Amino acid sequence: MQTVTLIPIAQPGLRLEVDNISPDKFAGKTAEQIAALHVYEGNTQHTMGKFFRVEGESGATAADTRIVIKGDATRLKYIGMRMTAGEILVENSTDMYTGAWMQGGKIHVKGNVDAFAATGMKGGELLIDGNAGNYLGAAYRGDWRGMQSGTIRVAGNVGSDMGYFMNGGTIIVGGNADVHVATHAEGNGKIIIKGSAKSKVGGQMVGGEIYIFGGVDVMMPTYVYRRDVDLEVDGTKAKFALFEGDTAERHPKRKGEVVYGKLYLKY
Amino acid sequence: MSEYLIKNGFVFDPTQKINGDVKDVAIQDGKIVDKVAKPKVIDAKGMTVMAGALDIHAHVAGPKVNIGRIFRPEDKLFNETPRKGMMRSEGGFSIPTTYRTGYAYARMGYTTVMEAAMPPLFARHVHEEIRDTPIIDEGAYPVFGNNWFVLEYLKNREIENTAAYIAWLLRVTRGFAVKLVNPGGTEAWGWGLNCLQVTDPVPYFDITPEEIIKGLIEANEYLGLPHSIHLHGNNLGNPGNYTTTLDTLKLAEGYKAKNNFGRDVVMHHTHIQFHSYGGTKWADFESKAKEVADYVNRQKNISIDVGFVTLDETTTMTADGPFEHHLTELNHLKWANADVELETAAGVVPYIYSPDIFVSGVQWAVGLEIALFSKDMMRCHLTTDHPNAGPFTRYPRVLKWLMSQKARDEQIKAFKASDKVVSQSQIAEIDRELTLFEVAQMTRAGPAKVLGLSHMYGGLKPGLDADVAVYDFNPEKEHKPDEIEKAFSHVKFLWKTGTPIITDGEIISHGNKRTLWVNPKVNENPQVMRDIHDKFLKFYTVTEKNYEVTGKHFIPNPFVIEVDATR
Repeated sequence: MQTVTLIPIAQPGLRLEVDNISPDKFAGKTAEQIAALHVYEGNTQHTMGKFFRVEGESGATAADTRIVIKGDATRLKYIGMRMTAGEILVENSTDMYTGAWMQGGKIHVKGNVDAFAATGMKGGELLIDGNAGNYLGAAYRGDWRGMQSGTIRVAGNVGSDMGYFMNGGTIIVGGNADVHVATHAEGNGKIIIKGSAKSKVGGQMVGGEIYIFGGVDVMMPTYVYRRDVDLEVDGTKAKFALFEGDTAERHPKRKGEVVYGKLYLKY
Repeated sequence: MSEYLIKNGFVFDPTQKINGDVKDVAIQDGKIVDKVAKPKVIDAKGMTVMAGALDIHAHVAGPKVNIGRIFRPEDKLFNETPRKGMMRSEGGFSIPTTYRTGYAYARMGYTTVMEAAMPPLFARHVHEEIRDTPIIDEGAYPVFGNNWFVLEYLKNREIENTAAYIAWLLRVTRGFAVKLVNPGGTEAWGWGLNCLQVTDPVPYFDITPEEIIKGLIEANEYLGLPHSIHLHGNNLGNPGNYTTTLDTLKLAEGYKAKNNFGRDVVMHHTHIQFHSYGGTKWADFESKAKEVADYVNRQKNISIDVGFVTLDETTTMTADGPFEHHLTELNHLKWANADVELETAAGVVPYIYSPDIFVSGVQWAVGLEIALFSKDMMRCHLTTDHPNAGPFTRYPRVLKWLMSQKARDEQIKAFKASDKVVSQSQIAEIDRELTLFEVAQMTRAGPAKVLGLSHMYGGLKPGLDADVAVYDFNPEKEHKPDEIEKAFSHVKFLWKTGTPIITDGEIISHGNKRTLWVNPKVNENPQVMRDIHDKFLKFYTVTEKNYEVTGKHFIPNPFVIEVDATR
């Protein structure tokens, strides 16, 4: 695997849209060709080279390409957008839409990510050492097809509306979650929160699973306690209380049984 | 204005019975002419030349379309083109921006489009969007089929009063024709009910769809409007609804068109694909296209447009409020619903016509069967009820299916439930392939005649507006199906009223877009004027002054068609 390193040499006045920072776009290109790729600052087009020094070289394919972003990345939006393979390592924090619509490969952010990270994610892995903003692994505005597959792992806390319209994949949160978790979720998505969640957990949820280790401040009144279960969840063995809901929402039948969203609260 | 001579193209013009002859077409001062002195010459050798096409039914402007745009931001995701040169930015697939709407129609060789349903209360909004749609001439059909005035007058069989009200409403909304959407049923939706048969009474008003449809045919012919009534019948989209459709079409029997615009039909039934279903439920859903097309073939005083299903993800929108509720209950996707006081209602729901779903496959077959069983292509027009059965940008794909049995066979094979689609329809047995002459009838001469606009559009006769499209398509050569689609997706040259819009495939001008509307003159009718005044005082949330579409702001470039219906 070959590595391309991006070193910021100038900060944009506005946020910079860098959807071209992706192994798919870099693959098979020289440092000069990469520096010639476009970025958007508002509605103005610039070259990547205006804001970054590009070092190293890319692999022949996306899968053989690793990108390292050094320095301040807090004004970079759409890092790794729609990437299908390869790796991106961000040494600090990023702006919005990190790994949005990613389909494969891996992004590792050592700092925090802002809102809309992994929007509409279809596959791959997003690792965040810090905190994540609102709408992590959510659907694009208006869309009913949210996260389909893949894994997101956040060491810290996440903002509101995580897994909005989630259809599949896994989100694991080391810390706490703000309001609205897995709203409208349907299908087989799984969210594990090792800290606590505030409220509106699983609102209008049709299917999928939520595991919470540290309790919920305010439960939805439309969830019904079913039974206690012993489970191993991401390496932790414990007894969980199983709730099903959202009973105010329609629920399809699968093999004669009604499908509900499942909410597991650790004792 | 300059002169142009389009030389040596294969010309297709049903109005002059020209069927692919190699001919020249001359343009001078916005009109087609016999001869030009010093023209700019365009070599169209090996290409197809036709008049600019007309879309008789599309939802391209107004509150419904805008609700779709607002509540479907995902429709524009990864589907935007930035501003470039003289061209404005474009966006959207099933509910494109106004600029994309104008550009996309022009690229396919379309020069005139009719907005299919204008809620009178929101006519100002409709006209603002029409104004912002470049290139194409447009008109809009105000909806009448659930209007309180119409329901009250027709209950008492007051045709003259209905006509006077229509004349007033067409004038104040700058409307083009009389549109009916689920007559009576949309009003019944206000009570949570519907009218699924032409004999179902409308609550409170105690009138039936049958009475509304016949009354509006009579009022329309009393006025002698350019277009006939434009009808979206009852019971749309339900298995077994073809009997309702036949009952509806039969209502036109015995009526004769009375007008000075060369129109022969008294009823245009729109998107009839949605109305030609057999079966009793979705499981035994089947095509009844043959039954409906046979009736239309026999009955010379009705015309239809098809509403082809294009197998795309799209956005349905209609003034048929109860139907949109039915749809959201089926697919569980987001739903917008609105009531328009005294006049109509509307609903919007996204919909995916998936080739993996058997019903979508049969719907696709029904649309194509209607066209392929039709004998008179002057009375069977190409539409997708944009965006309801698919976006209008798919017309070239529909042409591919109509013009190539091979293309249809490929699609049938691609269906997941291929066998079931074939067994529930007749599409696989049809070997008819439409000719370019028939295509020109479906998309040019036919709609122009039915709209009463054959004195302006639809042909290449000297004296007509110089709307000319040149396609890079040699009719003497064999074509693969996809080459048909490609050729009709991008005209090589396009003129709109003599102005070059597209040259060598590139859009070079926003043209000189006009808004068409009809201004019927009737005898003074104090009773109707008093009723209008009364209803505005009693019920409307706006005053008459804030209702009328007036001034350059809404219609910078009007084209008024005057109709004298005074007795």
